[in-house]
Amino acid sequence: MSAWKEFTKGFIKENPTFVLLLGMCPTLGTTTSSINGLSMGLAATVVLICSNCVISMLKNVIPDKVRIPGFIVVIASFVTVVDLVMQAYLPDLYETLGLFIPLIVVNCIILGRAEAFASKNGVLLSAADGLGIGLGFTMSLTILGSVREILGNGSVFGFQFIPENIDKILLFIMPPGAFIALGFLIAFVNHIKNRKAA
Amino acid sequence: MADKKKLESSFKNMLIVLAAISLVSALAIGFTYTKTKPAAEKVQLEKSKKALEAVLPAFEKLGDKYEAEGCRLTPAYKGEELVGTAVEAVSKKGFGGDVQILVGFDAEGRIHNTAVLSIKETPGLGSNMTNPKFKDQVNGKDPENFKLSVKKDGGDVDAITAATISSRAFLDALNKAVAAYRSGKK
Amino acid sequence: MTGYILVFISAILVNNIVFAQFLGICPFLGVSNKVSTSVGMGAAVLFVMTLATTVTWLLYNLVLIPLNIGFMQTVAYILVIAALVQMVEIILKKVSQPLYQALGVFLPLITTNCAVLGVAILVTQKNYNLLQSVVYTIATALGFFLALVIFAGIRERLELYEIPEAMKGAPIALVTAGLLALAFMGFTGLIAVPW
Repeated sequence: MSAWKEFTKGFIKENPTFVLLLGMCPTLGTTTSSINGLSMGLAATVVLICSNCVISMLKNVIPDKVRIPGFIVVIASFVTVVDLVMQAYLPDLYETLGLFIPLIVVNCIILGRAEAFASKNGVLLSAADGLGIGLGFTMSLTILGSVREILGNGSVFGFQFIPENIDKILLFIMPPGAFIALGFLIAFVNHIKNRKAA
Repeated sequence: MADKKKLESSFKNMLIVLAAISLVSALAIGFTYTKTKPAAEKVQLEKSKKALEAVLPAFEKLGDKYEAEGCRLTPAYKGEELVGTAVEAVSKKGFGGDVQILVGFDAEGRIHNTAVLSIKETPGLGSNMTNPKFKDQVNGKDPENFKLSVKKDGGDVDAITAATISSRAFLDALNKAVAAYRSGKK
Repeated sequence: MTGYILVFISAILVNNIVFAQFLGICPFLGVSNKVSTSVGMGAAVLFVMTLATTVTWLLYNLVLIPLNIGFMQTVAYILVIAALVQMVEIILKKVSQPLYQALGVFLPLITTNCAVLGVAILVTQKNYNLLQSVVYTIATALGFFLALVIFAGIRERLELYEIPEAMKGAPIALVTAGLLALAFMGFTGLIAVPW
């Protein structure tokens, strides 16, 4: 499998959010705006690429019986590093994403890729896999964040295109709106998939 | 694809590998921590300085913080003269949770300006507490002769439309700040 | 005493871990298609969560802070949780085979349940003492349990209806969860939490 193929599959065919339905917690919790979704996705992508590479490098050193704890320590370390760096250099983002930054460690996507791919493939392929799935995840989060921001705030990426005094559908910035928006987005993706298969 | 031989899962191997990974992890994190600590601390200091500058009249230096009535007070000086006091107050009566505000009093005890530090109110309703149209109503007012409660409760403040509870919470915190300021002055 | 009761109710209804805080969604969507499995999962999570928070609280306050390595929090916590889940699996296998069989693959999945790690970190952030942490955790787990069982009940009914092809599975589940979240929003402002 070429590196390019590993890279592109994360966007559509194996999109973690819309197809594999993984990583739901941050997807719903951090997509209150396009920027928040984008940032969360990028933070997770950084961790994913790093952990995929390191785990791929250590795949023949970690005994099989302790591979899950081993993976977890590697992933948790990168998450902590990202957390510390954000605290120091990206404080506003750090406050917005809050609890979801340390929660990257239990993001099923990262542990899932480590187990399913990085532990069985070379470093270059694992990096490509991480980059692809990570960016696919980022893309989904940004899309969901944008939908919620447009409907709930009349803006996208902070750029307000519906004036302040017109009422928007505030529900979409709040928890119920997250569930509903994601539900319809996945339905849309399913619809397209079914059309193609028919 | 030839399968390279994996390290077997003997107890000794498992222990050594896990210990080694944990050690490297601890070192890497510790290193990052020491490198980022100064920047992180600077960020915190900048934040509180900016907040204090926003609510207090012009000052040259800040005095030591002290506590009164459960609130934290920070005096501000120009030379030897006390030009104002900033008070941090929390109200638990917010609609969605705690309402944390910073109130700046000038030397005569009038409210100079307020800043909302942290709220969990409903977006679009209670969250409008941060809107100058609402919170700047109390600027320049002396708590001695300006009643800090909503008009509905017989006071002098216009509440946020459809967000009376949030408005009351803001004023509750404000009143706590006034009480702390008064008791701190003695 | 009233403080504890208020926090207890608030954690279950007002700040429900699934509907208001977005934690525990993966198992929530994955396990909730039958009421019986939901009950089992909810009970397992309650047990692991309470145990995990107690141990991590002790670890943080008695080991990490005194040794000035608070930044190792994430690594330490997740290892504790993984170890606890492993331990629960082994004990359950010996003590109650049928329960172990019933829970099946869901037990190891509790490790990646963001609610478990999330609550452990939350009580540290909020600076609760040990008793407050345990009360808050049990209440939160009960909130998870409640959300799970209600949702499973609705989903079991949904299976009897005709749903458009594109909405089948995750989409309709998410929209339903959204409506439930909307209902739970009605509890906002119910309680002024004392701590």
